[in-house]
This record gives sequence, C-alpha cells and structure tokens, in this order.
Amino acid sequence: MSRRLKTGGRLIDRSKPVEFTFDGKTMRGYEGDTLASALLANGQLVMGRSFKYHRPRSVVGSGPEEPNALMQIGAGGRFEPNQRATVQSLWNGLVARSQNAWPSLGFDIGRVNDLGARFLPAGFYYKTFMAPQPFWKHVFEPVIRKAAGLGAATTEPDADRYEFEYGFYDTLVVGGGIAGLTAALGAMRAGERVILVESRAEFGGRALVDGATIDGNDVVDWVKDAVQTLEDAENVRLISRCEGSGVYDHGYVLCTQDLTGFKADKSGPRERILRLRVGRVITATGAIERPLSFAGNDVPGVVLASAMRDFVANHGVGIGDRTVIVTNNDDAYRTAKVLLDAGLRVAAIVDARPDADSAIVNEIRALGVNVHLGRAIAKVHGNDRVTGVSICLQSGDGAVMQEIRCDAVAMSGGWSPVVHLWSHCGGKLWWDTDRAMFRPDPDHPPRGTDGNGFVVTAGMASGALTPAEVLSDAAKAVGSDVPHCDTVEEGGILPVWIMPDGAGPDLRAKMWLDYQNDVKVSDVRLAAQEGFESVEHAKRYTTLGMATDQGKLSNINGLAVLADRLDTTIPQVGTTTFRPPYTPITIGALAGEARGSVFQPLRKTPIHDWSEENGAYWEPVGHWRRAYCYPKSGESHEAAVAREVKNTREALGMLDASTLGKLLVRGPDAGKFLDMMYTNMMSTLKPGRCRYGLMCDENGFLIDDGVVARIDEDSWLCHTTTGGADRIHAWMEDWLQCEWWDWQVHVVNLTEQFAQIAVVGPKARAVLEKLGGMDVSAETLPFMAWADGRLGAFDVRVFRISFSGELSYEIAIPATKGAALWQALIDAGAEFGVMPYGTEALHIMRAEKGFIMIGDETDGTVIPQDLGLTWAISKKKDDYLGKRGQMRSEFQKADRWKLVGLETTDGSALEDGAYAIADGTNANGQRNVQGRVTSTYLSPTLNRGIAMGLVERGPDRIGEVIRFTRIGKNPVEAKIVDPVFFDPAGEKANV
Amino acid sequence: MSDLSIHALPPVGMITLRGAMPVLTKAVTAVTGCDAPAMRMSTRAGDVTAMWMEPDEMMVVCTYDGANEMAGRLRVEMADDFATVAVVSDARQIFEINGTGGETLLAKLMPVDFAKLGATEVRRTRMAQIPAAVWRNSDGFQVMCFRSVADYATDLLHTVAPVGG
Repeated sequence: MSRRLKTGGRLIDRSKPVEFTFDGKTMRGYEGDTLASALLANGQLVMGRSFKYHRPRSVVGSGPEEPNALMQIGAGGRFEPNQRATVQSLWNGLVARSQNAWPSLGFDIGRVNDLGARFLPAGFYYKTFMAPQPFWKHVFEPVIRKAAGLGAATTEPDADRYEFEYGFYDTLVVGGGIAGLTAALGAMRAGERVILVESRAEFGGRALVDGATIDGNDVVDWVKDAVQTLEDAENVRLISRCEGSGVYDHGYVLCTQDLTGFKADKSGPRERILRLRVGRVITATGAIERPLSFAGNDVPGVVLASAMRDFVANHGVGIGDRTVIVTNNDDAYRTAKVLLDAGLRVAAIVDARPDADSAIVNEIRALGVNVHLGRAIAKVHGNDRVTGVSICLQSGDGAVMQEIRCDAVAMSGGWSPVVHLWSHCGGKLWWDTDRAMFRPDPDHPPRGTDGNGFVVTAGMASGALTPAEVLSDAAKAVGSDVPHCDTVEEGGILPVWIMPDGAGPDLRAKMWLDYQNDVKVSDVRLAAQEGFESVEHAKRYTTLGMATDQGKLSNINGLAVLADRLDTTIPQVGTTTFRPPYTPITIGALAGEARGSVFQPLRKTPIHDWSEENGAYWEPVGHWRRAYCYPKSGESHEAAVAREVKNTREALGMLDASTLGKLLVRGPDAGKFLDMMYTNMMSTLKPGRCRYGLMCDENGFLIDDGVVARIDEDSWLCHTTTGGADRIHAWMEDWLQCEWWDWQVHVVNLTEQFAQIAVVGPKARAVLEKLGGMDVSAETLPFMAWADGRLGAFDVRVFRISFSGELSYEIAIPATKGAALWQALIDAGAEFGVMPYGTEALHIMRAEKGFIMIGDETDGTVIPQDLGLTWAISKKKDDYLGKRGQMRSEFQKADRWKLVGLETTDGSALEDGAYAIADGTNANGQRNVQGRVTSTYLSPTLNRGIAMGLVERGPDRIGEVIRFTRIGKNPVEAKIVDPVFFDPAGEKANV
Repeated sequence: MSDLSIHALPPVGMITLRGAMPVLTKAVTAVTGCDAPAMRMSTRAGDVTAMWMEPDEMMVVCTYDGANEMAGRLRVEMADDFATVAVVSDARQIFEINGTGGETLLAKLMPVDFAKLGATEVRRTRMAQIPAAVWRNSDGFQVMCFRSVADYATDLLHTVAPVGG
C-alpha cells in the first residue's frame, strides 16, 4: 500500500492541507505535493491504463519523462488532457480524472486486449486491417477509435489566454540543477546577459535529493546561495517552471513557461512561450534513469529507483513497505539508503553485476540488506500491484531460484543524458561503452553561421555522473572556476538490456520497453525479424517511442534490443531523431495571443465603421472585410443584392473601393518600366487620362489587372486588384531591384493613404455637381479621364472610370477624410435615391458587362488571349512580361478553352464551377469535358441567369447549345453567347 | 496597478522620400533643418523628424497640416534629381505607450532587443502579425503601424497589457 510517511518530505508543508478530487473522489494532500505524490499518499497506486492492452499502470518516474500517470486536469474551458501527474503541482480544488479507461479505471473492458496480446503483435495495424477494404471504414476504425486514444479534447472554448515573449541574451542556461547554476554563475561573472530556465518549481535538481558537499557547504545551502547570487545580479534572469522546449538554427530557442497551471488562482495568462535569440545555449538538462526489461516490469509498484527515493525524500511518500531493488549500477543503492532512513524495508537488492564492491554497496550491505549479485528478476508477481518477485541468474534463461515477497520494486538500468536540446539542431552523439550511454560529442556540436558550435552541454547532460564530475563539466562549459566537491569512487555499470540474458519468448513477451504504447521486447525483435532493421523503421512499425513521452524511457532500451537481434552494436543502430518540443506544448501556447479579436489582423477601410453601422453583411477579401451587401431589416441577402444592382443601374449607387491597390510609379524610366509590366502601352498615355491594363507573369499567364492613370510626365498611378496590392508592389520591386536595377523608377505603395469611393449610376454626375467645386461634365471630364479638384469641402482626385457599365466616378481622398466624404455623398445623394452597394452587386454588374475578374476568369493557367483581351495587348511593343510565354505552341492551339457568355435555355443560373460535358470518356474512365463556368449570377437587370465560362473553341461556337453539370441533378443546357450581356455599345457609361 | 497607458495619436504629417541617400539628406537638411539620420536612426529639428527607412528611403514626420507645403519644398529642392516625394500622412497610425512596463508589453509582441534600442533608433519590425516600427519617446515608446490595422493593433496592445501578463 502506498502511503504518506509520518515524517519527511522536503517539499511539502504538512501545515497546509490541500483538497482535490480524483475520478470524483475527494482526496487530501499537502502544499508542495505533485498530483502523483498526493495520489500515492492516498493509496491510489493505479493511475491509468496502457494504450493498447489497457493494462493497469502506475507512476514509474517522478519527472517529465513519466509515460503512465497521464491525467485529465480541470473541467470546462480549463480542461487539459494528458497532463503528467509527476509534474502537476497540487492546488486546492484541483480536479483530476484518469483517462483511457472505459468504463472505469478499476474495471476496464479493454483489458481483454491484454489476454489476447499475442494477437496484437508489432505491425498489427498494418497486417490486420488490409482487407477486406470496406471493413476499415465501417468496422475497424470505429472500434479502434473507441478503444484507443488518450485524453479527450475539450469541446468548450479555452477559458485562458496565452502569450509570447521575445528575449535576447548572450547565454541561455536550460536546467537549474547544480550544473546549470554553476554555468549561470560563470556567465554572470563574465558580464554576459544570462537567462536561466528551470522546468520545476525549485532550483537544485537531483543533488537536493542525492546530496553533495560543495565548497564545504551542504548542497542545499550551496543552491540557496547560488540562486540568491543570481537573483541579485542585474545581468541575470531566473525563471522556474519554464522548460527549454526546442533549439533551432541561428540561436533561436523556444522555452515554455507555466504561469497558472500550478495554482488555484487562474488570473493572467495560462502559459507563455519565450522566443529567445541567444548567443549560446548551455543545456544542463540532467539525465533520465532507464528501466530494466524484465517480465512484469510494468506492474503497478515497479518504479524507477530514483523516482522511489524522490517520492520519499521530496514528499514523504512511500510506494511500498517492502521493496526489492533491482539494478546494474551503484546508483540504486542510494534508494536503499533513503528507504532505510525513512524506516521502510528493503527486502533485497538484486544486482545483475557479478561483482560489486564500492563504498556505497558495502555501506548498504553493512546495514543488513541482502545483496544478490549476478542475479536478475525472472518475473514480477501481481496484477494491479506487486506482490513479489522471482529471482534467477542474470546469465541464465530465467529458471527461478528464489521468490521474494515484496510490495514494490525499484529498478535502475543506468542513466541516459538528456541530449534532446543538444540534438535538435544537429548535435552528434557518441556511445560511451563504459557508461552505457549516448553522450553529446563536443567535437560535433550544432553549428551556427560562423561554423562554431552554439550549444554546450553541462553536467549530467554531458554524461557526467558524480557531483564532482558534474560541477567540473559545468564550469568547463563557461570557462569558470570549478567549485570544490570531493570525488567519491563508484562502481561501474553492467549493460543489461534484457533480464535475464537468456530469456525466452514467454518472458520477452512480458518485458515492456514503451509503457504508454505497450511495446515489448518481443515486438522489437519481431520487427527486426520482419526486416525493419533501421531504427526509424522499427520505431514506426512497433510504435516504440511514439507516445506522448516520445520514448524518454524506452528509446535506448529499445534500440539496444534491436541491436542485439541484428547482431550489431548499439552505435551502429543509432538513435531515432530528437525533435522539438522536449515535452508536449499546448496548442493554446503555440497560438500565443492570437485568438478572438486578434486571431488575425483585420484590415478596415476608412468607411468600415459606417458600413458596420449600416448593416453590412461582410465578406473576407484577404485580410480586409468588404461589404457583400447592405441588407435592410428583414431583407434576404439575395434580395438586397438585387435591389442594389437595380438601384445603381436606375439611379445611384456607392461602393467603398478603398481596398484597391494604389501604386505610385515614378521616374524618368517609369513609362518604359510600365510598358514591360503591362501587356498594353502605358508610356503613350497622356497626363490626365486613364487606361485599363493587364499584367502577366513571365509565362504569359494573367496575374492582375486595373486602371492606370498618368499623373504627370514622370508619374503613373497603377490601380491593382484588392488582393494584388502587396503582391504587385513586390513584383515591381523584384524586377526593379533584381533585373532592371539601372532603370530610374520608384514605386511607392499608396494603398493605405487613400480612401476611394465609387459613385455610380445615371445620377452620379448630379450628386457630384450638387456638392460642387469642380467641373465633372462629360466635356471637361470625359470617360477615362481624371482630375484633381474640390468636391464641397474636400480636396479630391476624381477618376472617370467604370467597372459597372454605368456613368461612374471613383473619388480618391486622403484616408482620414474618407468617412466624412462618404457621409457627405450619402447625404447629398438622398434626393437621387442613393444606396450603398456591396461586392456582390459589383460582381453582378461587371459580369453583365462581360468584364473579367482576376481569380474568377483566371486561375494561373489562363492567358489574356483566352479571355478575348487581345485588344489590350500591344502589337507595337518589342517586349512585355509574358510576351514570349504567350508565343508557346500550347497557347496557339485552336482548341483552347476561351471566354464566352452562357445563357441557360431555361433561364436558371448555372452552378459555379460547373463543367461542360463532352462525348465519351478519357483514359481514366472519366467523362470528357469541354469547358467550365467561371462566373455565374442571377442577373436582376436581365431577370435571368447569366454566366461566363471558358469553352473549347468557344468564340467560334456562338449560338451552340451545350450541357453543363449540376450536383445531384441532371445536366442543364446553355447557349454559347457573347460575354457582354448588357449595353454592348457602352452607351450608358459614356454620357 | 500600473501606470501603463496606451494612446492612439491623432494623424501627423508624414512624407516618404525615395532616392539616393546623399540626394535625400541634402534636401532634408536644407528644408527641415534635420541632420542626416544615420542608418536605422532618426534626427530631429523642432517639430520635424527625419527617419532613415532603408538605403534609398527616408521619412519626414511633421505637423499634419504642414505636410503638403513641406512636401512641395522638398520636391522643389530635388527638382533636378531622380527622387520621389509622396505625402502619406493618412497611411499610418502612431500609438504612444507610457509608464512602467511598456517595454515588457512590447516585448510580448515584437522581436526587438529593447536593451539595444538606441535613443534615436527607428526599429522597423513586426508587432504580432503586422508590420510595425517602434522608437523611444521621452520615457516611453511610440509604435507605428498601417492605418487599416490600427484596430487590430489597439486590441493587441490591450490584450497583452493587463497586470499579471
């Protein structure tokens, strides 16, 4: 029975009880507990179920490496799945639930998988669900989804907020143990800008449990002093509960700071991601103890030796009263010492090494503990908790020599340095045979742009084991003085990858490597046997190391088993790739502040607020919002659009056109430049006049269009599409900076400087004349002319251009006065029946006139010639961007799909994107097609469906009736017609 | 409570100048009285500031009402040179951030090393997802972004500003 001990627990405050619930049951712990220690203190040993076999599992570690004790924390908008109980601090009111157990933690139906475990070997998914094919969707997938998966995702919006912080430092130290503190002190004394992050609440690391004497002081006092010194220093920042998550190129490092996960007060951000740019990274990330692979090593009560002493020393929690310690190295003997000091019994130490004669071994022996050398655990007894172990020879095949009753097993298979951050950016490892560990290779560090390494490891992360080694290595990393610490000789490690050496298939099938994903020694051996010899392949085939713990406990053991099965060495097999993050980061933290109103930048025109107040129904256009229509109370969008079109055609409409791109192109070579950018001639345009132009890329494809106005001898103002403003600006700069760098041309993006208002309809002139101030008559300001002047109280530039086929003026005005001019026009237009119109009315009116729209009639494969725009392509010019591309034979083919108008025979509107059906089928058995719809609307003006489309040899087939697809219905017939449906002579605009 | 404050300033005059830097500096010095700003820096004379923007671009900041007149004088000054003058007073929004914690607030949104931000430096950078510029202003900071995203910028600054953040 795990329980709280009468005394001890350096981190807990027994005067401050804390209440929490687990699976609805109220439990008590103390301030300073982790959820894991509090559960153990309440006798709750089983904390979860494994992923595949649903075996009962308890905590195995005491830190971030924990694979088993995953919990769902909180409720509602603060529900968080997959939280490791070993690092979850306890707070008053914490609500925890077990996961992956159905219907309950105590009784799990999925456990039946375990009984049939031999039917679920490595590669089970790949082998079993191949056939029959329909079974996957209807049988296998639903069942697997029900049984598999870890914590659930919440269905409620996150109640917390998150944020980033950008930081710049000379040195980042990750890990606040004695190595990290030593390195930080060294960097501090060198006057560097230093940041030290520690993932746990307290600084000091393992040494606080395992003890040491540094510079003549007890390590507890030494750590306290070191932290105080660093806190007092102006050039150092210390952050606890902050984990080094990932190291990237150019000294970029992400650290994740927990801000409220450990306390009841949830005000402020939940987590903060530190986005650091640092000169160098010192990883003092410690090491992780490895489990041993013996049969039944996953039974609740089998824990890492270091974790067992952590729970006793830190939280005053004993996992069992009688513990068997199994080890292949000296370190586990420390656990014996801690247990004995706490008044608990050590039933035996099972040491796989044939000899052990170091100081600590003899010390423990002298305390009367039975030490069995050369022995192994053949089997752990018990289902939901340990009841005893069978002992055998390590060198044998598992024949039982003795059974020992116990209620806990502490195991130590040696230590693996935490090399993740070292490896993220390419740091190499070497295999230290003597220490049986992969260690960072200082000769092959991750390198920066200068070719020098920018990550240095310190302490146990380097492979150091004793405090003296750790301090010396950390001081070396920063070139500082080494704190004094006596060297204590320890015995070496005996590499043990399975226990016993000669274990047969039955035992191997009960030796867990990856607890969370239920990968056993037998699975890895099977993968090797089936040809998955690369460690990366074996990983994916068996799912070894693919769980949320990413193989922190299982990787080395797994690849050692693979190496053994392949009769090769561990360094030959190598490790899988270490990728960020070190432990999982919540999506919320990665999103930072970007949610709600700041999820994405929303661009607003100067008239946005007016539209909002006047009921605009918005549509996103890039980052802009544009009014789609302005429905009146009770009016459908369709009806509003129809009303806006009719009103504009018959009286007066106004459109907010501010989003159009406005690029000032200026300089002695600007005309020459624009002749290259546009397909038609811009250099011959007269000042005061406008011309519609097309832009193509080098391949000849149409990429943008718009009206160009010549301002003066050297200046042109180019209007682009809304989405093209930044893209075309960059396109122009690209050509000017990279190709025609000696041409004297400047481009200035004035898009944000001006509001632009289109005043459209038969009464457009009347309303401008009512405001007065400038001559807007047909004589002074004819179609395709522009003029600067005043309208009422406003300085404006008026362009006489039309995208609707109506009499139309587009008025540009400095943005801050845009709303005022809009209001003045609305007021003045009242007597003429003015109504604002939105983008849908704009689209319909341009389609009625057969005007193309970039993105509708073009899709990156269409050249202007396909759209009947040859009139806008200059024949006089030697060159323009796209000219050569358009000469390619593909574009000369007679059967290209070309722009036509389409009218259904029944007057209905064609479906958007519908295909024109042709006879026969293609090589893939698909119906042949001969065209497609690019724009389709119900025209309020003509009172029937109108469409534009690209049809094979379309312009040669005017009058022909072809059929278009409809989703879920029979095809519909449509006649090929001229794309200009309304006022083909252009009489309405030219008045 | 902190004394942190965030204010959107009324429009100021802004003039974009494009051209070879010696041409621009000569004209700016003559017209505004500002010294030539070094790379990434700004200079000031009275209520006019000259900001270095990129190797062939400068920005002159002046009073809103004086921008057209000043732009005219700059055009005259550079009439014989290849240079472009454009009034862009309406294209941008400036925020003023004063009080304790301004730097902490901005460090949550901008990848800027504020410890190394010079007194007259104009740091062109980004603020979360939008282009922005930041410079020191007496004890606080001024932040500039495009006008169309001014509401987003306001929301951003206030989202990360609360105490405890």
